[in-house]
Amino acid sequence: MADIILQNVSKDFGSFRAVDGVNLTINSGELFSFLGPSGCGKTTLLRMIAGFEIPSDGSIMLGQTEITDQAPYKREVNTIFQNYSLFPHMNLYDNVAFGLRVKKVAKAEIRDRVHEMLKLVKMEDQAQKFPNQISGGQKQRIAIARALINKPRVLLLDEPLAALDLKLRQHMLIELMNIHDAVGITFIYVTHDQSEAMSISDRLAVMNKGRIVQSGPPDDIYERPASIFSAYFIGDTNMIRGEVTAVHEDYLELNCPDGEGNYFDIDSCFQDAPEVGEHIMLSLRPEKIAISRKKPKEQDDINFVKGQIEDILYLGTHTQYIVRVGQLKFRVFSQHKRVYFDDEAPDWEEEVWLFWHDSDTWQIDFKESDILEAEELDEVSGMRRYLKRGKS
Amino acid sequence: MQPLRTKLFKGMNLTVFSLVMVFLYIPILILIIFSFNDARIVTGWQGFTLKYYKQLFQNRTIQEAFWNTMLIAGLSTLISTALGILTALGLENKRFTGRKGVLALIYTPLMMPDILMGVSLALLFNFTRVNTGMFTVLIAHITFCISYTAIVIQSRLEGFDYSLVEAAADLGARPSYIFWKIKFPLMMPGIIAAALLSFTLSIDDFIITFFTSGRGFDTLPIYVEGTIRRGTITTINSLSTLMIGFTLLLVVLTKRVRKIIISAM
Ligand SMILES: Nc1ncnc2c1ncn2[C@@H]1O[C@H](COP(=O)(O)OP(=O)(O)O)[C@@H](O)[C@H]1O
Ligand SMILES: [Mg+2]
Repeated sequence: MADIILQNVSKDFGSFRAVDGVNLTINSGELFSFLGPSGCGKTTLLRMIAGFEIPSDGSIMLGQTEITDQAPYKREVNTIFQNYSLFPHMNLYDNVAFGLRVKKVAKAEIRDRVHEMLKLVKMEDQAQKFPNQISGGQKQRIAIARALINKPRVLLLDEPLAALDLKLRQHMLIELMNIHDAVGITFIYVTHDQSEAMSISDRLAVMNKGRIVQSGPPDDIYERPASIFSAYFIGDTNMIRGEVTAVHEDYLELNCPDGEGNYFDIDSCFQDAPEVGEHIMLSLRPEKIAISRKKPKEQDDINFVKGQIEDILYLGTHTQYIVRVGQLKFRVFSQHKRVYFDDEAPDWEEEVWLFWHDSDTWQIDFKESDILEAEELDEVSGMRRYLKRGKS
Repeated sequence: MQPLRTKLFKGMNLTVFSLVMVFLYIPILILIIFSFNDARIVTGWQGFTLKYYKQLFQNRTIQEAFWNTMLIAGLSTLISTALGILTALGLENKRFTGRKGVLALIYTPLMMPDILMGVSLALLFNFTRVNTGMFTVLIAHITFCISYTAIVIQSRLEGFDYSLVEAAADLGARPSYIFWKIKFPLMMPGIIAAALLSFTLSIDDFIITFFTSGRGFDTLPIYVEGTIRRGTITTINSLSTLMIGFTLLLVVLTKRVRKIIISAM
């Protein structure tokens, strides 16, 4: 069942279009995230759902009712603000009770429900304190209690964890998921942090420049990014350009230039049906690639490329290798399993084989103009140089 | 070098500070001491007496002047603070085209010499044939207090966190509810500061009152001036001492009152 339906929603500030033609259906009870870099229009979109901004174009439905122009106080939607916005002149009890007092709920009921809420967020023993006497994490909890006590249909959260330190953030993330499970309403969560969005969401929408670039379950977006932007914004990736040499039912054969006049052949799965002779762009996640000094046994559904190690970066949970193939640079994440294909890990300047499963190479949508963006998103492996040369 | 210089600075600071304090408080101290001096003119200590305080409470003119002062101060504070609140709220809207102009109009009276204000108000009342007296003094006091109250309250509002208003609306509160439960309580410290300022300004205003009161309506400053001109200074000492006491009391009370008002909201 749909809870929020956005139809072609846009918002202009003067001549600047902050949100651009967003179409989206968010299901009842879902934890849905908007993920995108700072300034991409996430807050503006959320504020339109809350009623603080009126869309310049399009419509917003809450269940069966259109709420596009409805005043904020009439909507069954509550918000957790980026800076919590607790009322400084009221103690925590009164802050949480605010919504019920507005609705003139009976005193006894208010007391019961406030205590119930304070218990839900584990703050029942601090009710008499004032907002300036508690920590950021505690303010967060009170803001959640203050919003949820109104039993909204939808809870909006605007970067709720941004102000907390890392440990607390991880802790609150789990707590938020527990609260979501406990109350069972729709949560719309806004963040620029991809790991937050990935771990918390049932579904998410990747945003860029006011538009939704891709939406779907986190693993779907991660495994099958639709564009360079999604591929880079969620996780790291390698881009490979190649010419289609054969099209089969469920895979392609490609011939890829390495920038130095040599070519290597790989197989790949695809999203739209390319034709033989067409040049397409592929994404290959660094952790999908295996690395070995010895050439592995030939197999039908495995791609092989030979390269030379240029850089090794030890990162604790894994090691990042930059491997040169002609002028291309592959980024490879290798976890520290004790069982290697070789006896030991490869070293600087050594010749290695990279190999991965056919289905891990995924065709993405691509325009020349996207390359600049990719460069902004990925400074490490010098994508742009690689892509430019790879084209020849 | 460094320690010597800091020492020197410290010494100088202390000296300057002491001098300021001496010049500020010695006259007040002398005034208080001499209010208990048993002498008609200031000629040195002649012995302790309370008779000038007694005279103070028997003198009908002084009492009348006192109540006039209080009445004017009370009313002008009430009215100018209320108007100041409205002005500040009106100036909140940054898109209001006349905003800069109105702000300039509000700031100007602060820099205008009192005498100019007094004379121009006197001319106005004369021109419009309004009889001078309590009414004209009240109007005059409200006029010069508004600038202060509006500015104090407006500057408090500048730092107001509007996301609180949005948070309240988000929780279902209508605009009027938001005003009385969120905005007004948070404006309260500014309002109290403005009220106090206008009260003290009104109490000790001499020049503007002088030009707008006419004969027959004296406030304390006017009375004091008249009495000193006639040469009797003794009751003035005791009157001033009481006023100092009153001021101190006010300062202490304000802190309390502010807390009480805020917690009551
Ligand atoms: N009230 C406003 N007036 C003008 N520009 C605005 C306003 N609110 C947001 N913007 C602009 O719209 C863009 C998107 O802002 P925002 O929705 O806050 O992004 P995000 O939350 O994704 O960081 C930004 O470039 C911002 O400067
Ligand atoms: Mg934002």
